[in-house]
Order: sequence, then C-alpha cells, then structure tokens
Amino acid sequence: MAVQGEVVDKTAAMIAGPVAAADWLVIAPVLLPIVAGAVLLMIRHNIRWHALLALVVHAAMVGTNGLLLQRVLAEGPVSMTMGSWLPPFGISFTADALGAAFSLTASVVALVCCAYSVRDIDAAGRRYGFYPFLMLMMAGVSGAFLTGDMFNLYVWFEVFLISSFGLLILGSEKAQIDGATKYAILNLVGTTLFLIATGYLYGTFGTLNMADLATKAGQIGEAAPLMTLATLYLLAFSMKAAAFPLNFWLPASYHTPPVITGALFGGLLTKVGIYALLRSLVMIFAAERLVLAGVIGWVAVATMLIGALGALAQSDIRRIAGFLVISGVGIMLAGIALGSNGGLSGAIFYALHSMLALSALYLLGGLMRQRGGSFSLHSLSGLYGASPFLAALAFIISLAVAGLPPGSGLWPKVMLVRAALDVGAWQIAAAILLSGFLATIALGRVFILAFWRERAGDKATTAGVMSVSGCCALVVLVLAMLAMGVLPETFIRLSTTAASGLLDASAYVHAVFPVGSGS
Amino acid sequence: MEAVFAILVGLFFAAGIYLMLSRHIIRILLGVVLFGNAVNLLIFTNGRIMREVPPIIAEGLDVPATAVANPLPQALILTAIVISFSFFAFLLVLAYRAYQEIGTDDTDGMRVAEPADDGLPPMGY
Repeated sequence: MAVQGEVVDKTAAMIAGPVAAADWLVIAPVLLPIVAGAVLLMIRHNIRWHALLALVVHAAMVGTNGLLLQRVLAEGPVSMTMGSWLPPFGISFTADALGAAFSLTASVVALVCCAYSVRDIDAAGRRYGFYPFLMLMMAGVSGAFLTGDMFNLYVWFEVFLISSFGLLILGSEKAQIDGATKYAILNLVGTTLFLIATGYLYGTFGTLNMADLATKAGQIGEAAPLMTLATLYLLAFSMKAAAFPLNFWLPASYHTPPVITGALFGGLLTKVGIYALLRSLVMIFAAERLVLAGVIGWVAVATMLIGALGALAQSDIRRIAGFLVISGVGIMLAGIALGSNGGLSGAIFYALHSMLALSALYLLGGLMRQRGGSFSLHSLSGLYGASPFLAALAFIISLAVAGLPPGSGLWPKVMLVRAALDVGAWQIAAAILLSGFLATIALGRVFILAFWRERAGDKATTAGVMSVSGCCALVVLVLAMLAMGVLPETFIRLSTTAASGLLDASAYVHAVFPVGSGS
Repeated sequence: MEAVFAILVGLFFAAGIYLMLSRHIIRILLGVVLFGNAVNLLIFTNGRIMREVPPIIAEGLDVPATAVANPLPQALILTAIVISFSFFAFLLVLAYRAYQEIGTDDTDGMRVAEPADDGLPPMGY
C-alpha cells in the first residue's frame, strides 16, 4: 500500500515515458482490422458501406505493412511492449523481416480478395457478416505474424480460427456444414496441442516472450524437456499447416465455401502454420530442430507427393487447388528440414510466392465458373475460344504454381533444390522436382480440358460474364507473380535477410531487450 | 499434490482422446471438452499448487517470502477457458446443424463434401 506522497520506484518493471509515435506502426496492421471489424459489426445492417470500408481498411493495412517492412529492413527488428511493462512482463509485439514480409504479402492478398468479393458476395452473405469475419480473420493473421509472445500467438490463432469458421459456413449449404465440422474439430485439436505445449513452455522457462525464450533455450541445459516441447510444437503447427499425415481436414473443407473464402484460406492460413514452425523450431528450439530434421524431411517429402498425387485425382478445380496447397506446404517444410540459410530463405520465398499463387488459383477457378458455368473438368470446355484473356491468365498462374519460368515458383524451388543438394539430401531435391512435374501435369490437364477442348453441344447458353472486379483482382495477382518471377533479386535478398534473422536471433533479442537489460 | 494432479490430467487426456477416436460427432465433442479441460488442469499444475498461501509480497520485499502458487498460469487458463467455451458452443450448434442437414452423426456417413463415388477426372476427349 503506497503512502500518499511517497513516490514508488517503478523503473525496474515499467517503461518510463510514452511510446514513441513511430512504434505504434508495429501494431497498426492489427489494430486497423480489429477496429474495422467492430465498426462493421455495429453497422451490420447498412450493407452498402461494408465493401467500401473493408477495401479502404485493407488498403491502409497494405500501406502500414509496407512502411513497417521498410523500417524493419532499414533499422532491424522493431518491438513494442504493451501496457508500459518492461519485457518479458508485458506482451511484446516484435516485427522482424520475416513477420513484416509475411504480413505485407498477406494484406496484399486480402486486399485483392476483398476487391474480388465486391461482386462475388451477395446481400445475404454481407448481412450474415462476411466483411466483419474477413476483417477479424485478417486481424488474427497479422497479429500472429507480428506478435513476440508465445501465448499471444495462441490467442491470435484462435482469433483467425473462429473467424474462419464463420467464413466457412457462410451460406449454410450441406457440403459447407459437412466440411466445416471436420475443419473445426481438427483445427481445435491442433490449437489445443499448441496450448499444451505453451503450458509446458511456461512451466519450463517461466517466460513466454519469444526473444527471452530464444536466449534461454540454449542455456537451460539437459534437464529441461525441450525435445518434448519442440515435438509438440511440430505436431501442433504441422496440423495447422496441413502437413501429411495431418492434412485430411484441408481437402475436405476448402472447396466448400465461396471461392473467395477458399482463396483466403488456401493463400494465408496454412502459411501461418509455416510461420509458427519457423518461429518456434528455427528461432527458439534450434538444437532440437536439428534432431527432428530427419523426421521433418520425410514428412515434407510425403506431403509434397501426396498433395501432387491428390491433385491429379480430382476433377473439381477447387479441390485440385486444395491438394496443391498441401503440396506447397511440403516444399516449405523441406526448407525447415534443411535448416541452412539457403533452405530457409527458399522456404520463406516460397511462402510469399505461395500466398499469391494459390489465392490466384482459387480466384481463377471462380472466374472459370463465372465464364463456363461449372467447377468440374467434366463439363468445363471451350474457354480458350470464349475468353483468350482468361486463358492467358490461367497459363501464367499454372506456370507459377507448378514452378516453371517466368512464374514466381521457379526461384524458391531452385534455392531449395540447391540447398538440398549441398547437404546431400537427394530425397528432398528429388521430391521437389517430382512434385513440380506432377503439379504441371495436373494443371496442364485443367488447361487442356477446360480451355482447349471444344465446346460440346450448345453450352453457349450457360456461358456467363466475368465480373470486372474479379478480372482486375486476378490481373493484379498475376502481375505481382510475374514481378516475383522476372525480378527475383529483391525477394531473394528479402528472404535471405529474414532467414538470417531467424538463424541468428541476436538482433531480434536486442530489439526487445535493448542495451543488455535482458532478464 | 502435483503428483495427484498429474495423474488426474493423464486420466482426462486418456478419456478425451478415447472419446475423440469415436465415429459419432457427439462423443467426439465430449472428448474435445475433456481434452480442453485436461489442458487447463495441466497449465494449473504447471504454476505450482499451494493451499492457502496468498501470492502477496510483503512490504519492503521484492519477492514473496515463501513459495507461492504462480498466478500467471491461472490467468492463462482463464483466457483458454473463455476461448474453449466459445468454440464448444459453436461446435455444438454446428454439429446439431450437421445432424439436421445430413441426417446422421456418424462421421462415416458424412460424405457430402467428399462423395465416395467421385470418380476420376476425364482421361481424354
């Protein structure tokens, strides 16, 4: 009980003085969508304003994420701790090159998807809250990329998960409810595993701050059950990332909601799992990752091949895209298994590419449905004659997803294959090449059947018109992918910086605990 | 005290996982509840269990004089309880809706999203 007039010395635990204005940038990409989501819920019935407000806020998110990345690249990681508490007592938000790059790409994809949704989501969908769910999901995704606290990461996982449930069942069709049941239960089990690991983590270390953990993990010694922790995190995040054999919820659910939701999920959510794996296994449990590398490597090989083979067996474009998401997760896991700077930067570059490319693939499916009247390869035909424009977009997207030039998927795969051959991991290099070959066949067949096959009978009556906003959205994504594929130096440099920041966390730790005041 | 709780947590996990392996959605959901509560108890045990020792630091000291239970895991549990409670409410509604729409709570019969007779894509034209 402080006596009146007596000044309590708080400098040991509290930050003196207000937060620098520029540091607010770290939480702006999270704050903006949360506030917008709340506002959208309040004006739930004025659906005219929903799309406009969502577009403006997404554009603002892209802007703040861009500024944040620029600052992180110029000055190194930036950190801000909540409630004036000194870390590790307060919850820190820490943006490094990895988090800021992922957050920026995610917000670009969300902006594009939002533009696509203007014509795609009808009044009923808006009234049931498509845009509030979208904003809150983006808050969860950005929060997961920018937070510097393990338990806070769990909270952001739950935020985007519960919003994704809302998006997934929007429309309440039979297939959606069926898919959502499997998605919801398996993802809930996955995040519960994450919570178990985090409980043990606190019991072991007495801290949840990632920078603090990265420092202490190397010093704690043999007695601590670090292998158990690392394995639990691997299991929990692999489940979220849909790695084999924990991938069965993804192809069961991602094709059921409107394509726009599939595009957001396929592009963003599995990458949050990959991001969390990078953060926990590479930055915090580096020594334990080395022990698990063999397991992760074979899981990566199996995931790549199962995904590509699954894509070959499907006739619905959205299900093909779902299996290609899984195949891509395997390629990113390969980078985590290799663990070298080359492998990790390949995985990070591939994640950035995959956010754009897989979203584009889903949106392409949506436009093919608008033009050709179906998602099924059994009935789609003659689209090349009907719309050469769409055929050109489909060609570039197929090249990018399969990892062929001039698409964006080529360079990360080159980096990964080289990193794999450098350490003699021939099975990983072979699986990357083979899965790329199988994906080429799967997408080539889509192109042959849907675009080149001649239109049977008088299906011309069913042909629809593509929405202008949808075409613009897809063109933006295709241009971004071409830029990544033709001018890869910027992205290679960015992902190499991000990978070095993970392998040597001293800059990250220094941002949270400046001038050696670590606990 | 901790040993008793550790055994209890183990029993909760075993029962939860056993129920989740069932084919029926309602048993899976009960398993999910037990699983979630097992985690809450686990975190609770992680924070040391002490009876009747308030975690209050006496005046003039920087740390408690005797070992006390750590209140932070209990705050974490509160967060986790709120989240798992809302998830469970959502899952119950979803499962009931699935039962109404699909007419079964047997996961083997839930093949609407992935039909068993899907067939292969066209092999040529």
